[in-house]
Amino acid sequence: MPRAMLRSATYRLLPALALPLLSGCDWVVMNPSGDIAAQQRDLVLISTGLMLLIILPVMALTVWFAIRYRANRKSAAPYDPEFDHSTMLELAIWGAPLLIIIALGALTWTSTHLLDPYRPIERIAEGRPVPAHVKPLEVQVVALDWKWLFIYPEQGIATVNELVVPVDRPLRFRITASSVMNSFYAPALAGMIYAMPGMETKLHAVLNKPGKYEGFSANYSGAGFSDMKFRMTGTDEAGFARWAETARQSGAKADAATYLQLAKPSEREPIRLFSSPQPGLFDRIVGQCVEPGRPCGGHGGHGIPGGHKAEGAIQKSPGEKGSGPHMTAPPRQDHAPGVHQPGHPANRDLTFLQPRDHVAAAHV
Amino acid sequence: MFSSDFLKTIFGRLTLESFPLHEPIIVATFAGVVLGGVALFAAITYFKLWTYLWKEWFTSVDHKKVGIMYMVLGIVMLLRGFADALMMRGQQAIAFGENQGYLNAHHYDQVFTAHGVIMIFFVAMPLITGIMNYLIPLQIGARDVAFPFLNNFSFWMTAGGAIVIMMSLFVGEFARTGWLAYPPLSGLDFSPDTGVDYYIWALQVAGVGTTLSGINLIATIVKMRAPGMTMMKMPVFCWTSLCSNILIVASFPVLTATLVLLSLDRYMGFNFFTNVNGGNPMMYINLIWIWGHPEVYILILPAFGIFSEVVSTFCGKRLFGYTSMVYATVVITILSYLVWLHHFFTMGSGASVNSFFGITTMVISIPTGAKIFNWLFTMYRGRIRFELPMMWTVAFMLTFVIGGMTGVLLAVPPADFVLHNSLFLIAHFHNVIIGGVLFGLFAGINYWWPKAFGFRLHEGWGKASFWFWVVGFWVAFTPLYVLGLMGVTRRLRHFDDPSLQIWFVIAAIGALLIFLGILCMLAQFAWSIWKREELRDVTGDPWDGRTLEWSTSSPPPHYNFAFTPITADLDTWYDMKRRGHERPVGGYRPIHMPKDTGTGVILAGLSVVFAVAMVWYMWWLAMLSLVAIIGVAIWHTFNYDRDYYIPAEEVARIEDERTRLLQNATLRNPDSPRDQDRPSFGAGPAAPAEA
Repeated sequence: MPRAMLRSATYRLLPALALPLLSGCDWVVMNPSGDIAAQQRDLVLISTGLMLLIILPVMALTVWFAIRYRANRKSAAPYDPEFDHSTMLELAIWGAPLLIIIALGALTWTSTHLLDPYRPIERIAEGRPVPAHVKPLEVQVVALDWKWLFIYPEQGIATVNELVVPVDRPLRFRITASSVMNSFYAPALAGMIYAMPGMETKLHAVLNKPGKYEGFSANYSGAGFSDMKFRMTGTDEAGFARWAETARQSGAKADAATYLQLAKPSEREPIRLFSSPQPGLFDRIVGQCVEPGRPCGGHGGHGIPGGHKAEGAIQKSPGEKGSGPHMTAPPRQDHAPGVHQPGHPANRDLTFLQPRDHVAAAHV
Repeated sequence: MFSSDFLKTIFGRLTLESFPLHEPIIVATFAGVVLGGVALFAAITYFKLWTYLWKEWFTSVDHKKVGIMYMVLGIVMLLRGFADALMMRGQQAIAFGENQGYLNAHHYDQVFTAHGVIMIFFVAMPLITGIMNYLIPLQIGARDVAFPFLNNFSFWMTAGGAIVIMMSLFVGEFARTGWLAYPPLSGLDFSPDTGVDYYIWALQVAGVGTTLSGINLIATIVKMRAPGMTMMKMPVFCWTSLCSNILIVASFPVLTATLVLLSLDRYMGFNFFTNVNGGNPMMYINLIWIWGHPEVYILILPAFGIFSEVVSTFCGKRLFGYTSMVYATVVITILSYLVWLHHFFTMGSGASVNSFFGITTMVISIPTGAKIFNWLFTMYRGRIRFELPMMWTVAFMLTFVIGGMTGVLLAVPPADFVLHNSLFLIAHFHNVIIGGVLFGLFAGINYWWPKAFGFRLHEGWGKASFWFWVVGFWVAFTPLYVLGLMGVTRRLRHFDDPSLQIWFVIAAIGALLIFLGILCMLAQFAWSIWKREELRDVTGDPWDGRTLEWSTSSPPPHYNFAFTPITADLDTWYDMKRRGHERPVGGYRPIHMPKDTGTGVILAGLSVVFAVAMVWYMWWLAMLSLVAIIGVAIWHTFNYDRDYYIPAEEVARIEDERTRLLQNATLRNPDSPRDQDRPSFGAGPAAPAEA
């Protein structure tokens, strides 16, 4: 029975092959560290399982029919050129998907409400409700060109590209962006939500395991998008308090001037810590009015005097057309590309293009 | 000599620096294109083909020639779009850690934007429109489409859009916004250069063509069916095309309006989609997806129609569940307008809104599932001939169900929160667009090529192409599913985590396999054209077809049918053959046909000039070309020389020639080996398989 042996060997081998794939920490969506993300993962698996109930038989039938009813078949499988209707079959082929979708639809309705990012979380993990006295930690998130600003209003600190959160404490994120759309996503923690200029979105989540994780923007936002990452660290309450204290001692203050400087496009910003963010800074960012003297309410504020005066191309003389802030990375100080030195920064970018502003300036 | 203000008034913002001479890749490409173009130009001139091309093709209003021109445009643009795909796969396969790859952000971001725009608007759309154009009049027994001049004009507008987008490669730059150009990124503040303007005007010019072609084909299907062909006796391909064109007419104006609003923002300083002064970028995202979601059904529905025709023909059976197939198509058409929000569950809509759109999306999978079952049960008790079109169909059935499954998965909002914008999503929609639309088109091309040109496509090259495509597809996109589950997002140019690299390398290998598939397909065309005498089919019905297009000669005469066919049954031609239909060989009458005109080429050419002038802010040229467009359009309305009669003697000459060829074919080859494994009809001998 060589075939049976082969088959049993395959059965033994398959899990062994699949194990490193599935349990490897690389598959962060399948193996997250936050309760929300874990429930979302479960939903992915349950939905897939439900659909495979119908997909697998269809695929098997396709292959089977393709072989059984091939024109040059040896078998006596019947040929019936007029067979084109069967009420029972029709009922089955509309009914079977319908049943699956009813099940999946019910699951969707309940899970979408339960896992709504705007809904405050009620449990830290399976069977562990949030204790009555615990208040969620509020973190304000701002997507800048191309870095992340996190403001902790209770702790009176702010950071660039680093999100530190206490484990098992409910988190409440308020999210916006400075200029273009981004998406706030830390796969280990919870699903994403967009960060949009002039608008505020919310996300509630909880992290269950201490450790270092990656977060990033999941919506393309221009030249520096690829490196728009932040580090997420999960730590215990004591570690979080220690870290917050370090930030408070850092000296740099997150006031309006600092913010406006930060908001300018830049790539691969190192982690920076700030103390005492200006009160109400986040709301002013949402209102597009961090600049002193600019009226708030960029979104929905019609014809505000002193607001941005919009100017279309037709009103501009062609000479006014410069390259925008999203053109590309700042001009490189290094000499020509192609240095004979492995890892040299000049080798990183072989087709580097200077922004046209710069070229024009050089010609003048 | 001239003041700079004077030059800027003439040339707008076009300067010498607009030519990317410092970009080695573009310069090399440009040199290649110029050399190829010069060679082509010289060859056409040398063989004195200009008059032929102008008279027989460019100005032709014959739906068959227009259809073939659409297909050529789609295949040429496929090469451009695929070059972009290879560049992306190459970049992502090497850009890890210290290595920044060979494309900087400025370039890479244009490449992925161009890939998406070109593949949807200038590959899938022309191929689908081309195949509908070619077939619909033949399948419904008509002599041309309802508005033949409009048809030629539509094609040239689509081609004009393609020319505008190709220009952006060599003059100025293309958008760096992603294929849907979401504001505020696509606004003037963040994309001040020519990229988004090229995007807007290429789509606007092509969009006119698409909308008009949709109107044209609806009118054709509704008004020009042969006597006896009621709606429920129409071939399924016509049904799916009808629904697809209804979607075009209902959704493309939304796209046009959305792009007009974006243009007003960019050109006139309006604030529809800006961050300030009351603008709202989310409005754009809603509007663009109200067009964008029906768009995917515009592409897939005709492909479903192709599969239905192919399955029925190559199984030698009636299509199982024709009526439910038609209703399924109509249901999909309606539902496709109720799902657009599933493209942005993650933008903060409430749970009830998200669940509503999630569930409507899932509901679409019910009629789609019914269609899959219908094809499946058409195979059941069939006699399946695995010619190339049927191979593509089976590959489609096995591939598309996976894409459909991952699509329904993404329709579950909480699941979408972890997979949105990830490479899982990329894998999903390539799974349905390649596995559905492209496989369908390839099935259709292999199936109808003998009809269009009178000879089959070579099977060996076709099989090579098939296997490279199918295997290449899975090798290229399975890694993307995996990467999506690893939380890797789309449109990244560079990665830090070296453990991901192997997956991107595998995906790049898959892309190379697909590239070989494309090369084999081109080789298949070239080989078949070269060996056309060996592959010749004079019967006009090489596959034992079931619908009306197979009743006429291959290629069909200019007038399609000497006599308008009369339809009694669903599979008209099968029914006619079964009842021993005899081809009439006399009694011809003059045939009324539309006359060719060059107005379409002229109008589209002027539109390209207008688009380019708008992109480069040459206001004087824009005004001049706009006036010229209106002028030419008005002038064309006074052209009363629009039709002519093909004399009865001419019809008799063409038909007699066919009679002679048919007789020769029967004499020379009374029972060709190909015919033996076919089911026979009516009083013929018993089916051989039971023997």
